[in-house]
This record gives sequence, C-alpha cells and structure tokens, in this order.
Amino acid sequence: MNWRWDLFFEAIPIVSKGLYMLIGLTFSCFAFALIFGFVWTLLKRIPIKPINWIVTWTMEFIRSTPPLIQLFFIFYALPTLPYIGETLTFSPFICGTIGLGLHFSTYISEVYRSGIESVDNGQWEAAKALNFSTAQKWTKVILPQALPPTIPMLGNYFIILFKEVPLAATIGVVEILHLANTFGSQHFRYLESLTIVALLFLIISYPSAILIRKLEEKMNRRFDKKEVIQESKGAVMNG
Amino acid sequence: MDSSISVKENSQKRNAIEPIVKYRDVHKSFGELEVLKGINLDIMPSEKVALIGPSGSGKTTIIRMLMTLEEPTLGDIIVDGRNLWKMEKDSKVFRANEKHLRSVRGDIGMVFQHFNLFPHMTILENCMSAPIHVKKIDKQTAKKRSIEMLEKVGLGDKLDNYPSQLSGGQKQRVAMARALVMRPKIMLFDEVTSALDPELVGEVLEVIRDIANKGDMAMVLVTHEMDFAQEIADRIVFLDNGIIAEQGTPTEVLESSNNERLQSFLHRFRNGNSFSSS
Repeated sequence: MNWRWDLFFEAIPIVSKGLYMLIGLTFSCFAFALIFGFVWTLLKRIPIKPINWIVTWTMEFIRSTPPLIQLFFIFYALPTLPYIGETLTFSPFICGTIGLGLHFSTYISEVYRSGIESVDNGQWEAAKALNFSTAQKWTKVILPQALPPTIPMLGNYFIILFKEVPLAATIGVVEILHLANTFGSQHFRYLESLTIVALLFLIISYPSAILIRKLEEKMNRRFDKKEVIQESKGAVMNG
Repeated sequence: MDSSISVKENSQKRNAIEPIVKYRDVHKSFGELEVLKGINLDIMPSEKVALIGPSGSGKTTIIRMLMTLEEPTLGDIIVDGRNLWKMEKDSKVFRANEKHLRSVRGDIGMVFQHFNLFPHMTILENCMSAPIHVKKIDKQTAKKRSIEMLEKVGLGDKLDNYPSQLSGGQKQRVAMARALVMRPKIMLFDEVTSALDPELVGEVLEVIRDIANKGDMAMVLVTHEMDFAQEIADRIVFLDNGIIAEQGTPTEVLESSNNERLQSFLHRFRNGNSFSSS
C-alpha cells in the first residue's frame, strides 16, 4: 500500500472541519466536569455516614467503568428505559458532555479535595474566630487558597480529556475522527485521513502540555519566591 | 436572660457586676482521654486572666471551647448571659446550631499560636475582611479602622505586604490587629509567643501590654511567660491534670501558694526549662 499525498491533501480540509466540534465538546465536557467535580467534593464532606458511603461508591463506580461504556449506556440504553426514557433522550453532543464530563468529574473532585485538604486547619479556625459564615469561609478564605495550586493538575486533566473526546465519535458526534472515518470509507483508504487526525492531536496537545508545564513552573516559582523573601527577611532580622 | 439585663442596670455597683464568662462544671474528652474534669471559672468584664500549667493540662482547650473551636462534652459556658453551646426553644434545651454560635461568638476574638493569617490577602485585607463581610461595615470605615489598628501595633508601613513577607513577631502583631478591629468584649491569647524566636517575643508582649492597659476588654491568656503573666494579670489560674488546682492574684499564686504541683511546676520554670514543655 502506497502513501497517497493527493488523498492526504484532499482530506485535510474535510477532517479539519471537525476541529470546532472536537474543541467545543472538550470545553463543554470540561466545564461539566469542573462543576460536577465540585458537587462531588461538597457531597463527600457531608458528615452523615450513609450519604458518604453512597457518594463514595457512586464515584468509585463511575471511575472504574470505561467511559466508552458509559457513553453507550447514556446514548443507547437510557432512552429505552420505561417511563423516563423519553426525557432521557439527548443529542450526541449532550450525551458526550454528560458521559465524559461525569467520568472526569470524579477525577477532578479528587483534585479539589487535595487542594482543600492542603489548606491548613488553622485557616478554618481563624475564619471561625472572625465569625465568618459558612459560605464566607469557603469563598473568602478556603477556596482562594485551595484552588490556585490545583490549576496545573486541572490543566493536565484538560489535555487527557481532550484526547478522550474522540470516543464521542462512536455515538455520532461529528468531530475529526468521525470525519476521518467517513472519508476513509468513501475512498477505501484510512491511512491518510487517520494520519491527519493523529497530527492534529499532536499539534494541539503538545503545545498545550508545554503551556501547562510553564504554568506549573510559574506557580511553583510564585510560592518559592515568597519563601525566599521570608528567609531573606528572617536573615536580616537575625543578622 | 432576664437576670443579665437587670445586672446591666445595676452595673454601677462594682460588686453587682456579672461575670462576662462563666464556666460551669465543664468537662471535655477527646476519645478516651478526659482533658478537662469539671472546670468552674468566672471571668469578669475587663478582667485579665492568665492560664498557666504543664502542657496537656487542658489550658488551651478551655479557651478553644470559648472560641467554639471545641465543643464541651459536659457542662455549660455562659457568655454575657447566653449559654454558648446550648440553646433553648419551647423550654427544651438543644445543642447550639451554627446560627446560635455565630450570634454569641461575635463578642469573642482570638489570637493563635501559629498566627493563622490569611496568606492570600495583604496585611490590610487580613484586617479589613471580617469587618466588611461579617460586621457589614462599609469599606471606607473598615479600611480606616484597620489602618489605625495596624498603626497602633506598629505596622502602618506594611499595609500592602503579604504575611509571608513578615517576621513571626510582625505576623503575630497583625493577627492581634485583625482580632481587635472586630472590637470583641473578650480576647483570647493562645500561647501567642510560643512559636516565636526569643528575640521577637518582646515586641508581641509589648502590644498585649498596651491592650491590657487600655483595658475594658476581658482577656484570657494561655501563656508560658510567667513574668509577663505576673505583670499584667489580675488573676492567675493554675491548671493541672484537667482541674483548676490553684487560683488567685499573681502574688498569691506565684509566691505564697503551698500547692505542691504548682511549686514543682514553677520550680521547673525557674530552672530555665520554660521552653521544653511547649
């Protein structure tokens, strides 16, 4: 089988049309995951045993089953349920958002949790001593400290999610993999069009990964810098 | 409730003044360990009380319960006539909810051993945030008060710095300004100099002395600084093994007490082991 440049160049504009959908669905899933991740985190903090148990195992279940099966379930199985099936029939885009978003929300919830737990207990106590309300404790004191350090980790999940989005091609979301497949079946050749898919992913993922790494370094430096200032001041005081 | 109102009317008579804080048979256990075994303690408005005692004697727990950071296992704490940890409804007694705690807690301020400043806020924001968000004071007034308070503790030139840029002593002074700007009736100090380098202790004690001398606030200090306690406290309370083993004026407690445990505790201190226990 020979490589055919003509097909390669013919496929580029056709396959690229799916980029909007790919990126759109990625953002849509990620937004869903960011919001639902927080919901999980809050639910998990409810100090009632049975609720805690249910939440933990629901999350564990979602995390331990493959996202592809979840997508199939939401797209093919939910609409066939009696009584509620009708209201649970969604477009492929919405199904993709819910399926992948829900799956990733369980990971992102863990990221939030680690961020929140990294905030020193004394911060909660100081907020209480100043008589902040529960909502104010979260919005003024805890989250502003818990969230910034999680940004690089969230960025990593964003890239991982981006690479999982083609799963949605299987339920009919018309993104680049879907278009490449269609192109392939029309010409009885998949090599060129799928190569384009791979290249497009590389072109987007790699710079994003570098960006995230830069961000991570920047965050680390930010914290280091404060330490340095503190130490040098300490040295001045001591000296 | 009624009695506290009538007491306020009589407040000119010195001897009729009600204590602002009353501990009544307060017990506290952490799991199996009973840290406090029945504490009865009255604190008068504007009284300065120093709590001393070996580590593990429960002195920090006493003020943490007053700040609502720990819940007593048994007993009552009455703040200005209101039961802190219990509320009454239709003549039934319930465990206090957050709303009730918030309404009582407003009178109390606390300074912590490890400062607990908010690292994502500047010094000024640290002081301003609670007046603005909790007391709903307008921003300009809150800012003005905060700056005044920070100037009083000698940090008027650090307003826009972050806590991480300050020394321990400076941090603790900010923490005091942050608590004072809320104008509490009762201030709690939890070993506020224990985490400081020895050469920074003085500047913090200086500020506390200042607050104490101005004094219409009740103050409770958990401290290992015996000389300082002797200097500013109206009363010293010695805790040992979860009970109040001795209390009285500084002279009574530190010089003329016959309590053996107190003697050996003070003896260890005077032999220069003061930092080993904390």
